[in-house]
Amino acid sequence: MSDCDPGSDPQVIRGGVREAVPHDSSRKHATGTAVYVDDIPEPPGTLHVALGLSEHAHARVTDIDLEPVRSAPGVVAVLTAADIPGANDVSPFAGDDPMLATGEVCYHGQPIFAVVARSFREARVAARLGRIAYQELPAILTIDDALSAQSFLDGTDPPYTMSRGDPDAAIAASPHRIEGEIRIGGQEHFYLEGQAALAVPGEDDDVTVHSSTQHPTEIQHVVARVLGLADHAVTVECRRMGGGFGGKETQGNLPAALAALAARITRRPVKVRYDRDDDFRITGKRHDFLIAYRCGFDAEGRIAGIVFEQAARCGMSFDLSMAIADRAMFHADNAYYLDTARIVSRRCKTHTASNTAFRGFGGPQGMVGIERVMDHIAHHLGRDPLEIRRANYYAEKSQLQKGERLLTPYHMTVEDCVIGELTAELEKRADYADRRAAIRHWNASSPILKRGLALTPVKFGISFTLTHLNQAGALVHLYTDGSVMLNHGGTEMGQGLYVKVAQVVAEEFQIDIERVKITATSTAKVPNTSPTAASSGSDMNGMAARRAARAIKIRMARHLASERQADPDEVVFLPGRVRIGEAELPFVEAVRECYRGRVSLSATGYYATPKISWDRAAGRGRPFYYFAYGAAVTEVAIDTLTGENRILRVDILHDAGKSLNPAIDLGQIEGGFVQGAGWLTMEELVFDDKGALRTHAPSTYKIPACSDRAPVMNVQLFERGENVEDTIWRSKAVGEPPLMLGISALMALSDAVAAAGEGRIYPALDAPATPERILAAVNRVRAGSPPS
Amino acid sequence: MAEPSTGRADASVSLLLNGEPLHYAGAADMTLLDWLRTGRGLKGTKEGCAEGDCGACTVVVGTLADGRVQHRAINACIALMPMLSGRSVWTVEGLAGPGGSLHPAAAAMIDRQASQCGFCTPGFVMSLAAAAMSDRRLLDRREIGDELAGNLCRCTGYGPIIEAARRMGEIARPDWESERLQREREGLASLAVATGATGEQPALLSGQQPMAHLPSSLDELDRLLASRPAATIVAGATDIGLHVTKALRPLGPQIHLDRVPELRAIDVAAGRLVIGAMVTYSQAEPVFAAQIPALAELVRRIGSRQVRNAGTIGGNIANGSPIGDMPPALIALGATLVLRAGGTERRIPLEDYFLAYGRQDRRPGEYVRAVELDLPGPGRLLGFHKVSKRFDQDISAVCGGFNIALGDDGTVTGVRIAYGGMAATPRRASHVEAALAGEPWTEATVARACDAYVADFTPITDMRASAGYRLEVARNLIWRVFHESRHGPGATRLVGPDATI
Repeated sequence: MSDCDPGSDPQVIRGGVREAVPHDSSRKHATGTAVYVDDIPEPPGTLHVALGLSEHAHARVTDIDLEPVRSAPGVVAVLTAADIPGANDVSPFAGDDPMLATGEVCYHGQPIFAVVARSFREARVAARLGRIAYQELPAILTIDDALSAQSFLDGTDPPYTMSRGDPDAAIAASPHRIEGEIRIGGQEHFYLEGQAALAVPGEDDDVTVHSSTQHPTEIQHVVARVLGLADHAVTVECRRMGGGFGGKETQGNLPAALAALAARITRRPVKVRYDRDDDFRITGKRHDFLIAYRCGFDAEGRIAGIVFEQAARCGMSFDLSMAIADRAMFHADNAYYLDTARIVSRRCKTHTASNTAFRGFGGPQGMVGIERVMDHIAHHLGRDPLEIRRANYYAEKSQLQKGERLLTPYHMTVEDCVIGELTAELEKRADYADRRAAIRHWNASSPILKRGLALTPVKFGISFTLTHLNQAGALVHLYTDGSVMLNHGGTEMGQGLYVKVAQVVAEEFQIDIERVKITATSTAKVPNTSPTAASSGSDMNGMAARRAARAIKIRMARHLASERQADPDEVVFLPGRVRIGEAELPFVEAVRECYRGRVSLSATGYYATPKISWDRAAGRGRPFYYFAYGAAVTEVAIDTLTGENRILRVDILHDAGKSLNPAIDLGQIEGGFVQGAGWLTMEELVFDDKGALRTHAPSTYKIPACSDRAPVMNVQLFERGENVEDTIWRSKAVGEPPLMLGISALMALSDAVAAAGEGRIYPALDAPATPERILAAVNRVRAGSPPS
Repeated sequence: MAEPSTGRADASVSLLLNGEPLHYAGAADMTLLDWLRTGRGLKGTKEGCAEGDCGACTVVVGTLADGRVQHRAINACIALMPMLSGRSVWTVEGLAGPGGSLHPAAAAMIDRQASQCGFCTPGFVMSLAAAAMSDRRLLDRREIGDELAGNLCRCTGYGPIIEAARRMGEIARPDWESERLQREREGLASLAVATGATGEQPALLSGQQPMAHLPSSLDELDRLLASRPAATIVAGATDIGLHVTKALRPLGPQIHLDRVPELRAIDVAAGRLVIGAMVTYSQAEPVFAAQIPALAELVRRIGSRQVRNAGTIGGNIANGSPIGDMPPALIALGATLVLRAGGTERRIPLEDYFLAYGRQDRRPGEYVRAVELDLPGPGRLLGFHKVSKRFDQDISAVCGGFNIALGDDGTVTGVRIAYGGMAATPRRASHVEAALAGEPWTEATVARACDAYVADFTPITDMRASAGYRLEVARNLIWRVFHESRHGPGATRLVGPDATI
């Protein structure tokens, strides 16, 4: 058997790799026929759930009176922790996330009891009738609170540190030095589909859970743990999510386990879905950070030594915070070689919802830190920030043999850097230099409105830093009509994973993509899967599916060859047909012949990412298989009277390797940018001094709307991009990296603010750069200046 | 809950759902979205927020007026079933043509690959479909942004959706759609006869308590309110809807103002503008654009298309919110509020209506009948400025209305300035006004007026802005007005038709 040679025949299949195949569900999306968990036809007798939530950030529950809840119309059952047969724990691993709080509540909005009722509305009305008495306890709410109270997830251990060389000495010896800090706000996922799960009880104690989740296997484990069952009694299925963004990596555990518990107790199907305000209150978000920096550099802005102290607000439990804070450290360098560096990380334990995964997983916050430093250095030296950025880039892969400027602060060699080349091309495409001059000129004659421009790069490490998660499985059935059923451990949240993997399978068999049926992710089909996260979905599931398809092809080739006294190497899968030596037969005929020849036409495929290793204690290793690169130029304008602002133009060049599907990838890039820019500009989480989230719905929490999309937005794939590693068709992961292109918006705003002053004072603009923060920064840079 | 149509007209809401006549006889506080999803099993219309802010539940409502059907997109999540009496409702399921052929709105979204997770997609499709049904082509980028401001997408970044909006205009409208709309017109006409919505008797939903009344004249409304002074008065339900979905508050008997023709009129005569309480923002937009152009941009930024299609000028005043955007503008314009009870009307300056937070000068049984104002003459400096975290579909941190008359010598001969978001009610800046009145309109005068803000306002800090920011921006808005009076709006505007950036 050999790979097909497309040159041998002009005919090509529909929907192979590298083709801009539309999302498989696009027609269903637009006609309202795509089914999400809340749309699944409810089995007769389905019950609905609402939660009773804590009204204090930190308190002892002294009395719970749920009689008014029980006697409310439509209520079938009221559940507390006492009703849980197994463990009261929905955490991913640490055992510190009770499903229903007992004794002590640790955040405002923490679930305490659950109401099971005939209708969702009856459940919600009843849930508000619970009478809970609290004895308030001191609450640690903010990063500053936690730092002063020394409240950390990892307790009194010295803070986790990555370092290389002696940055203190390097800074001391540098001709130029800066120091400062930046505050970076959190971010609500605002998946359009809220958390939802439907549990249907089966025979024995079995339960099937339809869950809107990025991690069906973890849902399975958590449901089994809560109900005291073996994993085999629990089947979890997810056809699609209405958005995930990391917010359904662990946050689906509670609703799924609760639905399963209520189904067990009532012996009826039970649906849990969060009302949007409850969703905001209950679930964790992107971690807000405080990053302090000290840096020494030369007259060219080249960094000799740097110290970062990162502090992340993790909330009341571990969730995934340790790995998230680690990834913030891994990206404290972004695309820049740091000759000596120390990165210190404090994981603040607070009485707020447990913050969780969000697209980029800490990487974006780490990257904002170093991009702030670049901006600050440029201001200090009076140079264009782009010059400073270029001066600090890692060596390109073409310069690899020189062996210089390649080592990260975690001692991994960057072997695939293309950021210099990519930046040069983007500068040209975006007309950076001319626009920079034009903006300077324009600002000089515009007293109220000011424009700003910034180019920022992205280098993002691909692989789970928890090495064992880098594995995936797939299941491929080839039926006797030549159609294929495909299943794998990855989940679909809109990112186009299903269609990309289907393209891989269509390509392997050389059949049209319509012949490949994509099926819902299920723990009963592919077991022990990793979350669809870390941008790894296509890389890992694509490889696993290819291996499954190849296993079938190898069996087919052996059989078809032996029937014709040919060598299996002479069997070629051509578009819609198979060639064996000189003979050719339609694909479906080949399949039937194999079936009649008693060849198994079903296979599993398995993939484990090679080359990676990570010694966390030593802070050394190769945590990433490769890096994804990209850069963006963003132009903004601000109103110096109000701080209102607007993104005017965006130019993006992004490296998706040899893209599996350019249409899907461009969608990820553009959407990622807008989500990242939203995080750093208008999306603001406001908590009151009691720890209650005040922005708990889209009326108060503003994500970008249609008109916020820049009027000019040029998004292109880096055509010379190719993965140096042997990934699926040499493509690169594209889920998370583009989010960080949005950092260019924050830096462009900083540039516009600087233009409002005389240049003596650095804007030090924090995120999110809301109108209020921008106006404050404008006032800062104008302080001491004569009024205009 | 819904029965096939039998021609029965009493005690139920008769409507067309995707062209099919139906009667609804359930609870009066049922939302359209819940009825569609749980009552009708139509799961294509999604719940994203249940407060009218995300648009995932967008449906198109058809209303028969003067023999023609007007189509508008609304948020089904905060529409109450009685509002749909005699109306036609289109959901994404009803949009498809014969044999599953695609409506141009859906076809354009598919063609431009404008969906990722797909959860918001039906809402976008329905917003686009509403434009198509109204024979509006969406070409201009600003127009598209405005049309889709009420539909949030978290995945795409909107680019392909904007392209889809343009693409839709290039797709020929299929014949089956015009035939369908013709049948809709006929269906609505027969509904109107059957339900007496032509004026003889109110449709009444009394199958279950509490009931809903839909009076069709001022007299009838007066009588109803006299006998049920505690009833909840429902206008566009963009606020009341949240009492149902978020506060879970029983509404009690509802009296809907929607069918009272006298409340729906907007008239300009002899330099005076009279806006009936039930005039929606969407209806008022073209009138403002023609009569008070400076106000049009503010109205455009109130809510979203869906909210402006349902929300009313009267409702925005009557509910007494300190952050409604119309009151500061209307107060600055010197509007008079017309209140009515038992056939008797009284007129008060609009600013006097707002007594304190949550308290208005509205007597039992009284309702807002209209708002009246003299159209500002030429030579006035008018400015209506809204400041919020997001330009579109956001609630103001600060909203300022400025109406300044200058004499030939450049002195301020008349001044009315009012703000929202600065106090517990919309309020005039009387000390600031006093500092400007009779003074030359100069930088020095404006600077002095800025010192007077602290005498007028002590704003609060909340999730939208801090007290300090509010006060500073309130002052800076008058600087914006001053700057624009000297240099025009091009150098100060980031958005809107005057923006040149």
